[in-house]
Amino acid sequence: MNLFGIIEEIEKADPEFQDRISPRRAAIKNITSFGSKVAIAAMPFAFSTLFKKAYGQAATPSVTDVLNYALKLEYLESAFYNAGAASSLGFSTAEKGYITLIQGHENAHVKFLQGVLGSAAVAQSTQGTAGVYDFTAGGTFPTVLTNLDTFFAVAQAFEDTGVRAYKGQAGFLLGNNGALTPALNIHSVEARHASAIRQIRRTRGATTTKPWIVGANDTGIAAVDGNYAGEDNISQGGVTITSLAGVSGNVSSAAATASFDEPLTSAQVVALVAPFGVK
Amino acid sequence: METEKLFEKADVNMARRSFLRYAGAGAAAVGVLAAASCHKDKNPGPSISTGVDIGAKGDLAILNYAYALEQLEAAFYINVAAHMYTGATADEIALLTDIRDHEVAHREFFKAALGTHAIKSLTPNFSAIDFSKRDSVLAAAKAFEDTGVSAYNGAGYLIQNADYLLIAGKIVSVEARHASYIRNLVSPGSFADTTILDANGMDKQQTIAQVLPIANTYLTTKVSASNYGYVAS
Repeated sequence: MNLFGIIEEIEKADPEFQDRISPRRAAIKNITSFGSKVAIAAMPFAFSTLFKKAYGQAATPSVTDVLNYALKLEYLESAFYNAGAASSLGFSTAEKGYITLIQGHENAHVKFLQGVLGSAAVAQSTQGTAGVYDFTAGGTFPTVLTNLDTFFAVAQAFEDTGVRAYKGQAGFLLGNNGALTPALNIHSVEARHASAIRQIRRTRGATTTKPWIVGANDTGIAAVDGNYAGEDNISQGGVTITSLAGVSGNVSSAAATASFDEPLTSAQVVALVAPFGVK
Repeated sequence: METEKLFEKADVNMARRSFLRYAGAGAAAVGVLAAASCHKDKNPGPSISTGVDIGAKGDLAILNYAYALEQLEAAFYINVAAHMYTGATADEIALLTDIRDHEVAHREFFKAALGTHAIKSLTPNFSAIDFSKRDSVLAAAKAFEDTGVSAYNGAGYLIQNADYLLIAGKIVSVEARHASYIRNLVSPGSFADTTILDANGMDKQQTIAQVLPIANTYLTTKVSASNYGYVAS
């Protein structure tokens, strides 16, 4: 297998190939050192991983990729609620009930996905710093585990983003009953959670927060604008929802955006959760 | 993402055409008639003569299945908002009216997207619901929302086109948000309890053959899915 010959051929077609696989223009050196660490028999696999890294955005992820992506997000969510439940935030009895229920689900989702993935499951210890997350997201939410309103704001962003993340993967599981149906069954539970957290925030005084997402970022927190990017879409499958008849007059813009949740790509989600330590 | 851009670029008519491109629209329309007349023969009776069938197996049938459920939900919430139950709080009135508007948007979306391939308008029968009583209304709302979630989740894998699957996904999570809210109105903290979730913390999907008999108890126009194992009796 002549790796360097292959790379030369690729560079003729794609002059930016070296940059794609190594932004420091040390691709060849990288491959050499990479190669020295893996057995010759494993080279084709290792090489395909490099290609995936280079062109991964455009490639269709495998079912395993999709499930591991979901698992990483569930690791984050379960750790977040575990930390919240163990904190001295001072939840009301009702709030504690909500959080305990959601915590149980997120931990169950982790177990479920780990079970499905088996040995292919990414280890939790690979996330954050030796498995420990930074729930302040590098200082963006410094009071996340000391102030209830901050905790619920971050919880809402996690849940709404989780819903969007699962939705964005559905197409990759098209027609695959074994993988798609469980993913949908988790997706809708995340939406139930998102709604419940929004209901808590509404009760706590965020009176413009509804159980559903109205417009784009309706949280009042600019730091999570990216989590709600595109939620203000009013066009579905070529149909402009605000041009449709509502009960009195056309469907309002608020109803048009709230009645359809929007997806996020894995690239968008990864960028959003990276500050917390998701890798 | 690419396909969404394509949708955006196209004008409405073009997009509608592409929406139905893979659904075998013409064939399915024939299928509706064939299926309807077919089980009319098998099951003669007055209810069938006013019933509809979602048609030949394929995406068009699944979209019409969703359209049927959204018609039912929209009709229900229109009634709720028009005759708000005794003792409704301002918050309940505001949010139940929001839900009505969402369901109407879903119904009108499917109607517009399906165009001439849409099943007819269904006549609901809400005689079992006392719209003046909070308990009666919320119990029915809870059943509609939970059933809607389980229906979309159960039909997702039958969808063959990724764009339709995404749209179904966009709607089902909103139904789940509704379900969570309604459940907490019925019983605070029950937004995702063990009566609807399994031990893995996951919703339990239902098949078309499980969902339609439930929906039909609230419909004068009975909906069948003869190609998915269910004919209304």
